[in-house]
Amino acid sequence: MNIRTGIKRPNVLAGLGGFAWLGVIVLPIYFILLTSLRPRTDYFTENPLSIPSRPTLDAYQQVLENNFLLYFGNSVIVTVASVFVILLVSLMAAYVVVRNRSKPARRIFQFFLLGIAIPIQATIIPVYYLIVQLGLYDTLWALILPSIAFSIPLSVMILSNFLRDVPGELFESMTIDGAGQAKMLWSLVLPMSRPAIVTVGIYDALQVWNGFLFPLVLTQSAHARVIPLSLWSYQGEFTMNIPAVLAAVVISVIPLLTAYIIGRRQLVSGLTAGFGK
Amino acid sequence: MPTKLSTGRRGVERLPAAMGADRRPARRGPSLWLAAPALALFGVFAIVPLLGVLALSFTDWDGLGSPAWAGLSNWARILADPLTHEAFVLTVKVTVFSWLTQAPLSLLLGVFMAGRQRYRAVLSVLFFLPLLFSAAAVGIAFKSLLDPNFGIGAAFGVGWLSQDWLGNPRLALWVVLFVIAWCFVPFHSLLYQAGVRQIPASLYEAARLDRANGVQQFFLITLPQLKYTIITSSTLMVVGSLTYFDLIFVLTGGGPGNGTRILPLHMYLLGFRSYDMGGASVVGVFLVVVGLTVSLALNRLSGAHKMESQMEGL
Repeated sequence: MNIRTGIKRPNVLAGLGGFAWLGVIVLPIYFILLTSLRPRTDYFTENPLSIPSRPTLDAYQQVLENNFLLYFGNSVIVTVASVFVILLVSLMAAYVVVRNRSKPARRIFQFFLLGIAIPIQATIIPVYYLIVQLGLYDTLWALILPSIAFSIPLSVMILSNFLRDVPGELFESMTIDGAGQAKMLWSLVLPMSRPAIVTVGIYDALQVWNGFLFPLVLTQSAHARVIPLSLWSYQGEFTMNIPAVLAAVVISVIPLLTAYIIGRRQLVSGLTAGFGK
Repeated sequence: MPTKLSTGRRGVERLPAAMGADRRPARRGPSLWLAAPALALFGVFAIVPLLGVLALSFTDWDGLGSPAWAGLSNWARILADPLTHEAFVLTVKVTVFSWLTQAPLSLLLGVFMAGRQRYRAVLSVLFFLPLLFSAAAVGIAFKSLLDPNFGIGAAFGVGWLSQDWLGNPRLALWVVLFVIAWCFVPFHSLLYQAGVRQIPASLYEAARLDRANGVQQFFLITLPQLKYTIITSSTLMVVGSLTYFDLIFVLTGGGPGNGTRILPLHMYLLGFRSYDMGGASVVGVFLVVVGLTVSLALNRLSGAHKMESQMEGL
């Protein structure tokens, strides 16, 4: 009897804890949103957590007038180009790792395994040296190429874990039908691994879109600036205009928030890719 | 007889040769060349720098000219530098305290989020939100929220909230740890949520028959069943301590004084602010070694066969 009621009684303590954490999570976001709608003069006089008495979109207008669309476009280019190449080369590599049973193929896999544990931060100085030597400093290429390189190991890993579960008979029957490697990739590997590709793509896109270290070290001028770095530089430019800085923060999150609303499940599984197994 | 045998043999030999074009790919699978683009990109922009950081640690380089051989002088100088020692101690502190705060919190939240109640599902959707923000965005937002004059202190009108949170050497590190938790607990609680959902319901049913209460169920079933999740998540937290660079950089820039100058930040500031790339590379080598050692050691704990899946997400 006791046990039964014990099971059904709602866990009040857990509920309180959950709502307390919700407060911790939401308070800064609430603050960002409200402040971005506050006139800059009111920022200094009004209660920071009160609803703005005279809400305005001035801060947003100011951000958009300060090249934000250029930075936004750069971020889109860098993210789309990087993710496309990462997916393409990682899928081909994963196909080799899973279906080519020779010794070198296993070596390749171990090589990528090693790459997963490298802290990117630690290699930033030689990356900088390399990019300068290649004449790519302060271009979008300087962001795309290293972003691709450091995302490959994990992407290959997740894709090949997924491809391993594709029945071998499918490959064999296509081979008997005389399919070449390109056809095999296009009409078997690609469609079969679509869920994993979506997952990996989302994970990589999130990493590249929000990446801060490469832009900080490998670019300098406004024409190659991406969003995370633009937030940093707005902070320097608009020292007395916090609402504008926070408006930039809000706009920077909108694409990811949209993605989260549309494809919440994929985004969540993308982030925890491979762990849930 | 001998002729027959030989033709037979030849026949066996000939058959695969004739069909070789079709059969060989079936056995060997795809050509290794398909892995070449991935290998090339990864090799040039990740492995070459990995070796390069060691090479550069033996050179003098200001970031503009070309590196000049310097032997072990950088190593001697950086290892004797009190600033490096301070950064090292600080990094250990940040690693230990962020594990101590994040691990229990993520575990409890993960268990909470794994519950099937409707309100828990709704809260879980909101708990995810910090993961959408870049480190730069989080740093900037908290900097203004914690402003001593126009931030959280002014909001509640409570005296002690109006501290100079990020400017006070005694508080800054703790505030940084709090912001790190805000950023990373959502991710780790997702891992735990997935881990809890994998636990077979039959275990809990058996425990209920044995009249185990909720607390007992947690310690006797949930916790031991989450062993691998705990190891995975802890590995990511420890190695992640080397990547808190960007957040701390935006939040405090390493200050006040050098109060939050952890090793990755120490490396960045040495290289790109003091133009001492050689010295910074010494710190870089150290970070590579620590990162690889920690993840290998922690993976040992979870058994070699688990290695592949454990290392994902690092």
